[in-house]
Amino acid sequence: MSTEMTTMNAAEELLGEAPSGLNLDKAVRYGGLLALSMIFVSLVGMVVGLDSRQILYWINPDVYVNHPGGVGISLGDIALFMWPLLLGAAVGNEVVLEGMVGRKRGVGDLLNGFVVGAVGGLGVAFMTMLMGWDREVDPDNGVADYGLRDPLVNWNEELYILLTFNRGWAFALWAWPLVGGVLAAVGASLRLMPDGIRKAAVAAVVAIVSVSIFQFLVDDLFEGVGETIADPGRLSNFFNDDPGAGRERVDSVFDGLIEFIYAQRGGLRLQGVILVGVAAAGLSLVGSYVTRGRVTKARKDYFDTPLPERTKSTAALMVLVSLALLILPFFTGKIVNELLANVGIFLLLALGLNIVVGLAGILDLGYVAFFAVGGYTTAILTSAGRGDAWPDWIPLFVNDGEPVLGGWLVALVIVMILAALTGLLIGAPVIRMRGDYLAIVTLGFGEIIRLLFLSDWLSGYFGGAQGITNIEGADFGPLGTVTGVNPRSVFYLVIVFSAIAIYISWRLEHSRLGRAWMAIREDESVAEAMGINTVNMKLMAFVVGAVLASFSGAIFSAKVGSIFPTSFLILVSIIILVVVIVGGMGNIMGVIVGSLVLIGVLGGPKQPGLLQEFSEYKLLIYGALLIWMMLKRPEGLVPNVRRSRELHQDEFLQDAWLKGEVDTDDEDGEVATEVAPA
Amino acid sequence: MSERILDIKNLSVTFGGLHALRDLNFHVDEGEIVGVIGPNGAGKTTFFNMISGMVTPTSGDILFEGESLIGLDPNQVTQRGISRTFQNVRLFANMTIAENVMVAQHCRTKQGVWGSLFNTPAFRKEEREIREHAEKVLGFFGTRLIGYRLEQPASVLSYANRRRLEIARAMATSPRLLLLDEPVAGMNPKESAELTDLIGKLRSEWGFTIVMIEHDMNVVRDVSDRVVCLDHGETLAQGSFEEVSNDPEVIEAYLGRPLEKRDAS
Ligand SMILES: Nc1ncnc2c1ncn2[C@@H]1O[C@H](COP(=O)(O)OP(=O)(O)O)[C@@H](O)[C@H]1O
Ligand SMILES: [Mg+2]
Repeated sequence: MSTEMTTMNAAEELLGEAPSGLNLDKAVRYGGLLALSMIFVSLVGMVVGLDSRQILYWINPDVYVNHPGGVGISLGDIALFMWPLLLGAAVGNEVVLEGMVGRKRGVGDLLNGFVVGAVGGLGVAFMTMLMGWDREVDPDNGVADYGLRDPLVNWNEELYILLTFNRGWAFALWAWPLVGGVLAAVGASLRLMPDGIRKAAVAAVVAIVSVSIFQFLVDDLFEGVGETIADPGRLSNFFNDDPGAGRERVDSVFDGLIEFIYAQRGGLRLQGVILVGVAAAGLSLVGSYVTRGRVTKARKDYFDTPLPERTKSTAALMVLVSLALLILPFFTGKIVNELLANVGIFLLLALGLNIVVGLAGILDLGYVAFFAVGGYTTAILTSAGRGDAWPDWIPLFVNDGEPVLGGWLVALVIVMILAALTGLLIGAPVIRMRGDYLAIVTLGFGEIIRLLFLSDWLSGYFGGAQGITNIEGADFGPLGTVTGVNPRSVFYLVIVFSAIAIYISWRLEHSRLGRAWMAIREDESVAEAMGINTVNMKLMAFVVGAVLASFSGAIFSAKVGSIFPTSFLILVSIIILVVVIVGGMGNIMGVIVGSLVLIGVLGGPKQPGLLQEFSEYKLLIYGALLIWMMLKRPEGLVPNVRRSRELHQDEFLQDAWLKGEVDTDDEDGEVATEVAPA
Repeated sequence: MSERILDIKNLSVTFGGLHALRDLNFHVDEGEIVGVIGPNGAGKTTFFNMISGMVTPTSGDILFEGESLIGLDPNQVTQRGISRTFQNVRLFANMTIAENVMVAQHCRTKQGVWGSLFNTPAFRKEEREIREHAEKVLGFFGTRLIGYRLEQPASVLSYANRRRLEIARAMATSPRLLLLDEPVAGMNPKESAELTDLIGKLRSEWGFTIVMIEHDMNVVRDVSDRVVCLDHGETLAQGSFEEVSNDPEVIEAYLGRPLEKRDAS
């Protein structure tokens, strides 16, 4: 509906009636949305919960001792105050189709923004007023209590103090509309700035916030690089990144810089803010001056190249990225390597699911089952702590508490065979079903597998709830042993397997099998009528996915050293699916980006991500992201050209129509009806 | 030349009490082009669905080159050498035009996981042949579906071109019997005249035997050796176009109007 409205506005514009830009109706609607968003993050607990994490200091906490925590902005503040900025900017958004002239922006836009913020602020103010009425202070000890505390856990004194700026609700009542209005007007002013300035401003803000939020990543990178520069000798035994193992701690050459930017107890100092902001804005200005649209052009060229030729540049890009990835762990510390290892494990899972869901269109919600089969099989073959019920002839690749050289690889072969068999076993009965039915049944099978591992009946084999512990790492002889204490080695192992998985996906996609899978995804009945044995083909996709998932399980086992049924909850399936969808279904690059963003930044089902503070709200953010993606960018972060064409076909055709490139039919039979080649 | 390629014996199907087709007896000789006509809802598409294995008949038999098709899956029927188009064009919209035709060669090719993963010489040879065959089939329709078009998604095609691509896709399965469900529906007179020509060539140049459902009587008259008319699942008449179009029952079925005057619907 809003799209229609904006389009109409733009159309009016073409007719020459120039409104001032003020659009009260829309501004009030956005204001309502703003109020809801701010109230929601407050009541969900983000504002209070994230307040302890400082992001920037106006006044340096290290010198300003009287005010512990310093004076500045916390992550909680950002979670609250970013909304007026964002929605203030968003309200000026208009759909400008090609061939239409954009509207000239004016003061009306600022006013629009202010109204949005004021209405939103009023909403928050109204809530603080309700809180004020509900607040009862115990006369004896001065502790405040709230009647509504019971249903609303976060309806409490901390929130009240934060939202009223510690000055009572009467103050908040007039302060909030003002604060909201000003912030939203600032957001709206982005649209009044010339392009270059706006880009620079946005770059500065984004840089400041991310340098601050991702402090420990920056820290870790600078430390790693700095230490390597200071002592290049450490590269020779990089495989072992345990500082205890004979490696002397060297000071990074960047220690001074880090201390200059960051405060001791975390967060940016004012000088850091200025440095980072100026650097980012400067880079953006200089960058856009120097490249002058060449980057955009290069990208356009890339996407306009026909597919077969593009494969070459894609391959070149892939090689570059993999080289970068290969040297990356040299320069990062343990925590970041741990993160990367987790990303890799989920990437491997997502690549497998991408074949099943993205290519063949089989909505498999029980995918975690194969991860579990891989994990448990490896555990049974490489842990002396496996259940007693196993007969002796089942090999155990452990010798005197040490992993047997190459044992993990032999186990991997067995894992692969077992996973393929499980895939066939689960797949055979369910694969004839379609769509929702298949999704539900696979969901059930996924749980059944987990419950089998959990059951008391089989606890002699799988250890029930106690799981299997003492899993040995993967011993690769001279290369070293891959275990959890050495996340760098896990990362390398995972990279190797991801590369294998990417190669498999890429080869299969561009083959007879891949085409058959796509056809099944598009229209199963027609695919069958065109001679494709859909049951066999779907089963094959299911099994290929299962094998890739089991690889991931095998690495997971070696990494964590002990596995439990709770490592394989349904949630894992869901999160992998979200990774695939958010990244861009049926698209390898998309899956990589999806894993980096979701698993690396937000974290996996149990694994922490870069934003550790958000782990409590992880699922909330996942959900919100998913909804937003479905509405605004259904093709995923990195779109598959095919899918995005289809999903945005209306716009695409409309643009073409406005440019006069579409005839209604090809009467002369020569050239083309449709969109002419670019 | 008069080998029986398709023999339909007492074919009936009911959908919960509705007799969509009753006691159809019918045959097609090799090299023939047979037209199937009849008002909407007569059971023509259902007839195709049964041949192609998408609907199981209640009784009767379908013999293709002397062997029964009853109980076969659609892909097995296609494997045997029957291919079809769909009345409501059903392309693989997100696949490119080339891929739409390449994927139809699935049951005539055999490279699997091994070949794809290791890019074996046999795999490369087969891929090249698939591609060449696809371009040859698409080239049958002139310049419309080749060149830069090959790599465009099928969803960008115009309606008439979609219909052409449907036929190309069916051709690519290398059938001996081709079932066309209203191939010229929605085309203008010039386009349908052109396609009529091409349907003739499908037999003379490609050697397909063709059964064609069509409402456009000009097309039916121009290319059919024989015509069968269905109404409410019953067979009203069979024979040459003249015989069928002058059959009183057929005229009755078409609301008393002579067939030739009736425009396509
Ligand atoms: N799968 C089905 N289930 C129930 N009824 C069907 C089905 N397919 C076709 N029919 C019915 O059978 C009759 C014949 O349909 P159809 O073969 O499509 O006619 P047409 O001759 O126009 O192609 C119609 O009444 C239709 O509603
Ligand atoms: Mg029909």
